[in-house]
Amino acid sequence: MIEVEGLSLDIGALPILRDVSFRIGAGEVFGLVGESGSGKSLTALSLMRLLPAGAAVRGSVRLEGRALFDLSEAEMCALRGAAIGLISQEPMTALNPVMTIGDQVAETLLVHGRAGRAEARRLAAAKLARVGLGEVPPDRYPHELSGGQRQRVAIAAAVALRPRLLIADEPTTALDVTTQAQILALLKGLVAEEGMSLMLITHDLAVVAGMADRIAVMQGGRIVEQGPTGAVFRALGHPYTRQLFAASEHVPDRIPHRGGDVLLEVRGAVRDYRLPRRSPVGAHPVLRAVRGVSFTLRRGESLGLVGESGSGKSTLARAILGLEPLQGGQILLDGAPVRAGDPRMQVVFQDPYGSFNPRHRVGRLVAEPFHAAGRPPDAAARVAEALEAVHLSAADAQKYIHEFSGGQRQRIAIARALITRPELIVLDEPVSALDVSVRARILDLLAELQERFRLSYLFITHDLAVVRAITDRVLVMRAGEIVEEGETAAVLDAPRHPYTRELVAAAPAIPTDWRGERRHG
Amino acid sequence: MLRHALSRLISLGLSLAVASLVIFLVIEVIPGDPAAYMLGMNASPDTVAALRRELGLEGSLAERYLGWVAGMLTGDFGTSYTYRVPVAQLVADRLEVSLPLALYALALSTAIALPVGILAAARRGRATDYGIIGATQLGIAVPNFWFAMLLVLVFAVQLRWFNAGGFPGWEAGLGAGLKALTLPAVALALPQASILARVLRSALIETLGQDYIRTARARGLTEGQALRRHALRNALIPVLTILGLQFSFLLAGAIIIENVFFLPGLGRLIFQGITQRDLIVVESVTMLLVAAVILVTFLVDLAYAWADPRLRRRA
Repeated sequence: MIEVEGLSLDIGALPILRDVSFRIGAGEVFGLVGESGSGKSLTALSLMRLLPAGAAVRGSVRLEGRALFDLSEAEMCALRGAAIGLISQEPMTALNPVMTIGDQVAETLLVHGRAGRAEARRLAAAKLARVGLGEVPPDRYPHELSGGQRQRVAIAAAVALRPRLLIADEPTTALDVTTQAQILALLKGLVAEEGMSLMLITHDLAVVAGMADRIAVMQGGRIVEQGPTGAVFRALGHPYTRQLFAASEHVPDRIPHRGGDVLLEVRGAVRDYRLPRRSPVGAHPVLRAVRGVSFTLRRGESLGLVGESGSGKSTLARAILGLEPLQGGQILLDGAPVRAGDPRMQVVFQDPYGSFNPRHRVGRLVAEPFHAAGRPPDAAARVAEALEAVHLSAADAQKYIHEFSGGQRQRIAIARALITRPELIVLDEPVSALDVSVRARILDLLAELQERFRLSYLFITHDLAVVRAITDRVLVMRAGEIVEEGETAAVLDAPRHPYTRELVAAAPAIPTDWRGERRHG
Repeated sequence: MLRHALSRLISLGLSLAVASLVIFLVIEVIPGDPAAYMLGMNASPDTVAALRRELGLEGSLAERYLGWVAGMLTGDFGTSYTYRVPVAQLVADRLEVSLPLALYALALSTAIALPVGILAAARRGRATDYGIIGATQLGIAVPNFWFAMLLVLVFAVQLRWFNAGGFPGWEAGLGAGLKALTLPAVALALPQASILARVLRSALIETLGQDYIRTARARGLTEGQALRRHALRNALIPVLTILGLQFSFLLAGAIIIENVFFLPGLGRLIFQGITQRDLIVVESVTMLLVAAVILVTFLVDLAYAWADPRLRRRA
């Protein structure tokens, strides 16, 4: 179907891909696995010849016998969308915000001259219905849809002309687990129905395990190992594959904690948002984001808060930090109402880069909580101490944030949280944006710091594997309410609430019988 | 869409009310007697008193404000002290020149900027792009009156295609009127077109880097199709903003160009009003210009919602 032989790519003087070779058979699902920067996405763009300026490719790509690198740009345009379809990672940005979803699907048919305007519109509506958007009118704009719905639109546009190869680049990374399961099922169904081949690019071993017939593992622009999925997982022949596997299943060494006395107490917390008025004179409609939530967090305990986007978990976290007023209930830290800037409570966010001012040195960034808490005389020594606690060096205080990698930035964010010697750290998806191996090391660090400084964690995430790895107890939140609560292992192994069961079932997992005697970590 | 328009309309009304109050109060709080100020040092008390009556300076503050607003609403802007004609008529005469000139210049500026901006964005980083960047830099840097003089030298003095100045009036025919406005419109449009082309170029380049452009290319669109069908409309918001600002500027800011070409426009009217201390003219024309700016802002707001569905609220 498609044969890639000795594909190499340079962008400017930078080597990106080296001697990449693989074949995908008709109707086959091929998984391309690797961490960020391994060259997975650029492999896909090379096949489509949509590379950035300054890119130079060598080698050959043959799609059903046609050498793609010999085709003219006009011939490539005729091929793209018709013979090869592409779905990209970010459903939020992959659709044109000022064009209706129906028009974007119809456009695929129109630019290839496969249908007239009315016919294209009719076919687009049919395709949208096929991907499960039968209830959504085609004249809607992307911003009126959820992330999962947008990804369905992108899929409808990519498969409108029944391409023989569909490339899906991290199609579910930005989505919730239950949505991810639905999108993966949709892709599987389309592959079976249309007999097309699917190239699934992902960093998530569990996702490919459930989807791919064959996989290839990429590292530093090379394919280090490839073969039938089951065989690769059982053998774990290459050290890098083994390392990836170990990291994705990594559980840090930590002593489970029953907790001491109550540190944080949330009593019937309610948070309402005022929505825009429907008419100029009417009252504001109210959205109740948090509906009477109660729980306690004990000293030294690590408590998970699980929920999908829109469940109200981030709103609750902000309320705990004293950043959102409550319309009902109370949140008490050590018996007193929480207030913003309390030195006993700090936060670490998902996107470490977005939470740092790029114009300040790391030393000043780490010392930021002192603005609210008051600057102690030994501030510089405290900064050095915090940086060393997260295994960076005191000299790093003089550098700027862009000089650090994603994992190091998250370490700096943790150092910033440690600077006031807090008792509670709220971690809002702290490892979601990180690669598996980096994630494993950050989880280790968090476990170590908890032990060393007797910290309590409120760990907010949508990732059940992370919850299992680092929390003692877990709260499952849905639509502003806590639907289940209990010891982490008990809740995840034997969920009682239907929603928790749904979450656990939706989480992709590597089949247990593939985990052979070579299993590490 | 309708609700968006309605809410914008309410804010338009409020802006107008606030603006009129501010303009009225500014004239009021100027120290001293406006009538005495207008007549100068040697005026007799009788003349000043007569002018005060004429200016409507008798009565309470609120009475005078409401009288002024009511007058404007019925088309009565008072009578110019220096010209001895109703201000409404004076303004109408000048608008006959200024409004077509502003629209002409705006149309020219858009007609130049659109293709130039698109070309530069499509050829970004190449020689054409650098050439356009250089040319637009020059267009922004060189003052428009210098352009105006250059145009007069070349097209009026040397080639004799156009008159060097003056306006025959629309009675002389549409062609003759437009011909008289062509050189001033070009002089006004060139710097505006340079700004607009640059804004369009950078907005387009930013848009072309977006994911959805790549998605569109992956569906089989050529680079040009992706630019025209996807990038252009997304790049429109900053362009609309600049267009709105430019229209307001062109309507009243053409004083120098009007002087270079001896055009009886609005800009010259304000200038004369100020030098001759004709406060009635200044007050009314200022109010009119403010109203025009607010109206244009309103139209630009509506255009935003047309260009970007995210700004519309679905009822």
